[in-house]
Amino acid sequence: MKSNRLKNGSSSIQRKRSWVGFLFVLPFLTGFVIFFFIPFVWSIAYSFTGGVGGMRFVGLSHYQSLFASQAFQTAAVNTLRFLLIGVPLVIFFGLAVALVLYGEFKGNSLLRSVFLYPLTVPIAALITVVRFVFEKDGALNHMLSIFGMQGSDWLDSSAAFGVLILIFVWKNCGYNMLLFLAGLYAIPNELVQTAQLEGAKWQQILWYIRLPLLKPTFFFTAVVSMMNSFKIFREAYLIGGESPDWSIYMLQHFMNNNFRNLNYQRLSAAAFLVFLFICLIVGILFWWKRRGDVEV
Amino acid sequence: MNGAVIGKKHLPFRIFLGRAAVVLLAAAVLFPVLYMFMNAFAQETDGGFFPSRFGLSGFYEVFVRRPDYLVKFWNSILLSVAIVAGQGIISCLAGYGFAKFNFPFKEAVYYAVIVIMLMPYQVTLVSNFIVTDALDLNNTYWAILLPGIFSPFGVFLMRQGFETVPEELRGAAMLEGASQMRILMQIALPLCRWQLMTLVLLSFVDAWNMVEQPLVFLKEAFRYPISVFLAQMSESRIDILCTCGIMVTLPVLLLFLFCEEDLTDSAARLKS
Repeated sequence: MKSNRLKNGSSSIQRKRSWVGFLFVLPFLTGFVIFFFIPFVWSIAYSFTGGVGGMRFVGLSHYQSLFASQAFQTAAVNTLRFLLIGVPLVIFFGLAVALVLYGEFKGNSLLRSVFLYPLTVPIAALITVVRFVFEKDGALNHMLSIFGMQGSDWLDSSAAFGVLILIFVWKNCGYNMLLFLAGLYAIPNELVQTAQLEGAKWQQILWYIRLPLLKPTFFFTAVVSMMNSFKIFREAYLIGGESPDWSIYMLQHFMNNNFRNLNYQRLSAAAFLVFLFICLIVGILFWWKRRGDVEV
Repeated sequence: MNGAVIGKKHLPFRIFLGRAAVVLLAAAVLFPVLYMFMNAFAQETDGGFFPSRFGLSGFYEVFVRRPDYLVKFWNSILLSVAIVAGQGIISCLAGYGFAKFNFPFKEAVYYAVIVIMLMPYQVTLVSNFIVTDALDLNNTYWAILLPGIFSPFGVFLMRQGFETVPEELRGAAMLEGASQMRILMQIALPLCRWQLMTLVLLSFVDAWNMVEQPLVFLKEAFRYPISVFLAQMSESRIDILCTCGIMVTLPVLLLFLFCEEDLTDSAARLKS
């Protein structure tokens, strides 16, 4: 019986054990449903209701007011802009650093640790340094004035967006580097060596062998970087408080402020739109990951 | 032997350029740390990079004059360790289940898990409060611990890892009559040390840095972890700020050093 299963290949091993698999997932799913799924569905349903108790169905009226709101528009555009600039940048830097540190040379494991270190620095401590460098009378402006250049108030002007991108890349580059390193090491050496024997150039090996085989890693880093790009709100909040410069006014500022104003329905409506957007992006990523995969 | 097979004598310009750039980048990455270190050991600093006088005034304030700092430090340790342990166990089980078995609606469930994982925390803040209130957990550590333990990120990470465990190994173990639990513990998990260590480190950092959850779910300030205390601190003395910065990095740094070998070297071991 057992040997039969083996002969049928890996997929049949998996299929036969369906309920065992479910048992493994069950503890997680229980907690997930209670602490994530139910609250989530609850808040979505909330966005279609009105009144003090939130019991009256009001259809899409919260959404209409949302789209009319200047603050929401700015927040949505900023969040999207941050996503579109920050995520590719952090993936690029992670990959670039990984490609260099993949080579064996003295000190490369020290360098790896250096890039991982920012993950461990608490936000409050980091903000102290950010203030020191970028404040109006901070180090950067001092340096610029030595060279006779005019500085600006980096944290309280549209430059704050750039500072936020910098913090994001600084913090997450090492993590992506680690993921790409693992991905690179998982590529069979024979492939690269054969290509080298055939006279393939470095760029060709990168483009035709390494990058295609790193696809699962790209998927993973994209999802994680996206998740982390939403977490940048904390840094933005510590830099600018509840109403920072408009360039870093994110959707979470909007939600946070509505939370403080007890406008939960509006908060929930915004949340639902974010949800739809994330569904779309994750859907695209899943589709891209599956595309061209050989079904086993 | 890997991609950068190079002779000792002449390093190709491309490789030299790449390494030089990475070293420069590393120096930039380290700058905030150096700054904190310099100023933590400064005597009444004005916030410059090089303090004019070195001293331990910051440490004196933090440890001797304001002991509430240490209480909050302990709160943080307690919360973070509990979350890491719980999340580690739950995520290994679920990650293995998602990676190596089929059950109805598996992919649909997984898709929902990822989407909800990506949602900003603010989205479910209100309804999360209602749920924990209904469970009578508010103002206890459980209201923070349980959502932390069941956070989907660990499952995402571990599934990705377990998927690389060869089916032949599992098949052979099953032939020997090993239970699935044993296969997970003795075959799959050792192969996924790297992912597990990453999970431990990242979930610790996450728990260590949490700000929003304690503010929402806990009433008494003495139960707040150190992260909340630091985030709310409006301290004008930079030596105290930097001392706190160093102190609060310390446990994470120790954990990092502990995991480091697994993180960077077991990635390297994969290539054999």
